Formats: sequence, structure tokens, C-alpha cells
Amino acid sequence: MASTTAVGGRGGLASAADRPAMRPRRRFTFAAARSYLGIVIIVVFCLAPFYWMVVTAFRNVGYTFDTTPWPTHITLDNFRTAFSTSLGNHFGRALINSLIIGVCTTILAVAAGCFAAYAIARLDFRGKYLVLGLVLGASMFPGVALLTPLFQLFTNVHWIGGYQALIIPDISFALPLTVYTLTAFFAELPWELEEAAVVDGCTPGQAFRKVLLPLAAPGLFTTAILAFISSWNEFLLASELSNDKTQPVTVAVAQFTGSQPHQEPYTAVMAAGTIVTVPLVIMVLLLQRRIVAGLTAGGVKG
Amino acid sequence: MSVTSGVSTGDTAEQQTQASAPERKRGASLHRGEGRRGIYLVAPTIILLAAVIGYPVVKAIVMSFQKDPGLDKATGMFVSGGNAGFSNYTHWILQRCGTASCPPGTLGAEFWDSVGTTFMFTLATVVIEVLLGMWMAVVMNRAFRGRGLLRASVLVPWAIPTAITAKLWYFIFAYDGIANRVLHTHILWTGGEWASRFAIIIADVWKTTPFIALLILAGLQVIPAETYEAARVDGANSWQRFTKVTLPLVRPALMVAILFRVLDALRIYDLPAILTGGGGGTGHATTTLSILVVDQIRGGFNSAAALSTLTFLLIFLVAFIFVKFLGAHVVQTQQRQQKGTI
Repeated sequence: MASTTAVGGRGGLASAADRPAMRPRRRFTFAAARSYLGIVIIVVFCLAPFYWMVVTAFRNVGYTFDTTPWPTHITLDNFRTAFSTSLGNHFGRALINSLIIGVCTTILAVAAGCFAAYAIARLDFRGKYLVLGLVLGASMFPGVALLTPLFQLFTNVHWIGGYQALIIPDISFALPLTVYTLTAFFAELPWELEEAAVVDGCTPGQAFRKVLLPLAAPGLFTTAILAFISSWNEFLLASELSNDKTQPVTVAVAQFTGSQPHQEPYTAVMAAGTIVTVPLVIMVLLLQRRIVAGLTAGGVKG
Repeated sequence: MSVTSGVSTGDTAEQQTQASAPERKRGASLHRGEGRRGIYLVAPTIILLAAVIGYPVVKAIVMSFQKDPGLDKATGMFVSGGNAGFSNYTHWILQRCGTASCPPGTLGAEFWDSVGTTFMFTLATVVIEVLLGMWMAVVMNRAFRGRGLLRASVLVPWAIPTAITAKLWYFIFAYDGIANRVLHTHILWTGGEWASRFAIIIADVWKTTPFIALLILAGLQVIPAETYEAARVDGANSWQRFTKVTLPLVRPALMVAILFRVLDALRIYDLPAILTGGGGGTGHATTTLSILVVDQIRGGFNSAAALSTLTFLLIFLVAFIFVKFLGAHVVQTQQRQQKGTI
């Protein structure tokens, strides 16, 4: 598996950075060819299904099962169908719902999580590892174990149909995610600056606010994106704890109905899927380095 | 990755936080009252987690010992609740409804089947994903060009919501869909017993393998090139270098990745619920524990609570076995990664 020539192996491993030391290669070796083949296989594996979704989204509904690998019979009708409410779908409203739920969850999780992450990364206090263990344990917690009691509770207090019934359960996974990702980012900060600020007369609170927070901003932003994505992608809890008015996009797309019963409106679903996915993909591509750093530093959620 | 720059600062942070008492006095003004401040700062998180996780768990356990309102199957009398003892648990574990075995086709008869299905999915997806992810990570680690492209493409399946992934594969696996066309087959992917299971495994592998590859890649990048150099000088061939150098050194990161992945796979819901409508094949070929809980909710909260508590205990047990016997040192590895070694 790991057969490498001197060229292929050494340079690639030598540097963990994104720009491995390039050296002029004269020979096009067998191993280099194999490496390129591997790259092509991975890229095709990852992108082909996504590509197929986008192609289908733009394809005329009469040609749903056309297998031409490039876009044919291009139309925007599917997007119109996706947003149309005449068939009982409320995709537009669901998009807004997901946005509201995601933003609220993210704000709450980051607001609480950044203090905890600061304490874990920076301070020495009793029970620190217990807290870290609790947070990690919470992140692996099966959502289904929350579902029954919350469903009963929210039904009793008539919260089903309110956004709080969806935001509160989302905290259960967004907050642990926020804490450990931020802890990883905070651990990398140049803490000497904080010491220096205190020596110069700042209180620890001021040092945190005025010196470290600006430095931590990119990490906070990345963490916020990760928390938002986790909430945007949630399905299990939302499918039971929402109603027609509050359902997020994942639930709306999963329950998409077509004009005829038992006939799946594939192209419209693919159009809806494209709308849900493409903003995420663009965001992820723009921030890929930071997101990979955040994921691998505390990578839990798939 | 930007983390490499954090190595030096990470080390200093480590020295500071773990400094012995006399050393710590140097930064006394900053470190005074550290313990109390730490508690105050983590308090909001702990309180929130207690409210959104702790409270429901305790409530679920309390509920699981209550009778569901309905006809008592043993006496035929209507009961409105009351203490159930362990009867909700024995209902699931022994698959008994009242005094008799639950008839086939009812949810009560599906517990062990869905345990089996859940573990089958877990085993199949994790094994495939780890092997494939390992290969991907090795390729990515060796790639000179196209690292940006690789990283970008690897993030795409991860970013797509699982519910959308399920719909996408539902389309791909449609009877007239591209999968059957390309393979020249006529398989009922979402209807057949094993076909529907394979469909779920394939979709899950597509969605999660790239993520596993990223985690393993992070572990691979810590291994210094000199180690390989030394092994090569000593005459190790590429396979030996992989098994004797790469694998042992990447093991801690790998074990944590596998642990997280296993726990994630055990709670699988979105894919089977949407891709095969929760059933597939004979109606419960792809019913996992999470699906069973959701199906049960409308048939009685307290019984569902017992089932979800069982699911939780099962997952907890698996996590315990991993940490205890297989050496998945989550906190330590997490700490080491956070100190900037990765």
C-alpha cells in the first residue's frame, strides 16, 4: 500500500503543512502515476453523487432517469416546483426555519461554550478533566435517548410547533461540539500576550476581551460554522419535535410529496437538496483549511 | 494545516497549565483564583448540558418504570399508569407482551432483530470506512499536487445533510436509477432485504469515509519523515513500513476515530429512516434501535423510554469496552491533539 519512491514518499511526509517542499521531478514514475490515480479515484468517489444531484436538479422532469453524464434538458422548473406550496410542501418556510433554529442554536452554544473552552484550555482547576470527559461523553450521546422524554414534555407544555422545542435539543450536540473545537483552537493561541496584557495592567477579563478575543475570532467563527452545520443537518429530533409550521429543511425534503401519490418527485427533491447543500458546500470550500483543523482537533461528529 | 504553527505555543501553554506550584507563582496575578474562575466559566456549559441532557435522561429512566396507559394485556383491564417495575424492560428484552411472547410483526417482537441490525450496520460500515479511509489518508498524505482539491472534495460528502444524502441515494438506487443502469441490474435497492441493507451501507460509506480519512490523515501527519527514513535505511519494504511504522504510530488517533465512529453508527437513524422508509425488505430489514424507538413513541411513552434507555445503556457499554479494553484514550489523545502535536 505504502510503496513509495524517494520522491513520492519523502516530500509528502516531510511537511505537515499544505505546501510540501516541491522539488523538480524528472522521472514520471510508476508510484507517481499511482498516486495521481488515487487522487482521481478519491475525487470522483466524493464528488460523483453530489454532481449527479446537481445535474438532475437542472434536468427536465420528463428526463428524470436520463443517464447522460453531463447536463441535458436544462430547466429551472424543478426549483419552481420545490418552492411551490400547491402540493403541500413548504420548502421556503422550512429554509427560514432551519436558518432561525441554526442561528439561535449557534449563538447559545458559542456564548456558553467559549467560556468553558477558555477555562479548559487555559486555567488549571479541579475537575477540569471531569468536565472535559463530560463534554466528550455528551457529544457521543444518542439523540434518540432524549427524544421520548422531550417529546412527552413538549407535548404537555404545548411547545410542539415552537422553535424552542427544536433549539433546546440541538444544544445537546452543538454545545459539546463547540466546547471541544474551541478548546482546540484556544490551546493554540499565544498566551504570552495575555500575560503581557496583565503585566501592563489589564484585569484577566480585560486581557481576555481586548487581547485574546480578536486573536480567537477566526477560531470562534469556524466553530460557529461547525455548530451551525450540525444544527442545519439534524433530522431525528426535528422529525418528531416539529410540526408543519416549524419543520426544518431536512424534514421538509424527507417528506417531499409529488403531484401523484406514491410517485417520488425526484427532480424537485434533487433541486431542493441542491439548494440546501450548495450554500454549505461553498462555505466549506471557502473555509476548508480552518474547518479541517477544527474537525480533526476535536473530530467527533460525522 | 495551520496547526503546525501551534506546536511551540502549544508546548508553552502545556508547561504553564501543568507547572508545579512554585513556578506558577511567577504569573501569580493571572493565576490567582484560577480554580474558582474555572468553575464559574464552565458553569453555564454544565448547567445547559444538565438541562438538555441530564434532565431528559433522568426523566426517561423514571418514565421507564411507569405503566403506559392502556389495556393491561395480562388482565384485560384498563390501567392509567402506575408503577410498572421492570415490566417495560422485560417487555423488550424478553420480547414478551403480557404473559405471552409478542406476536411477530409487532414492535415488541423486533428488539433483538433491531439490535442485530444496528450492530450489523455498525460493524460493516466501520470496517469498510476505516480500511477505505486509511487508504485515502495515505494517498492524501503522499499527494504533492491537488491537496486543496482533495481536501475540498473530501469535505463535500461531510457537509451534505444526512437527510439529503439519503434522498440522493434514494434517487441513485431508484429502480430506473443510475445504479441499476450502470450495473446493468434490476435490483430493488430500497425494497429487497439485503439489497436495502447494502444500499444503506453504501450511502453511509460514501458520507462518512472522507471524514474518517481526514481524522486518520491528521494522525499520519504527525509521524516524522525521519522515522520512515530510518526504516528505509534499515531495509524495511513499503508494507513493513506501513505495518511497523505507520500503524503503531497512528494507532491512538485511529482508535479514537473508530470509537467515535462506532458510537455514531450505533445511533444510525436518518439513512435507514429515509432511504428505506425505516423498513426495507420484509418491513424490518433495516429497522435499527433508533428507528424502533421512534416507532414506539406513539405507542406509549413509557415503553419507548425503557427502549431508549436500553439503547443508551448499550451504547454506553460499547464505549466503556472501547476505552477500558481497546485503549481508546479519548481525553489524552484529545489533549495531545489540542496541544498542537497534530
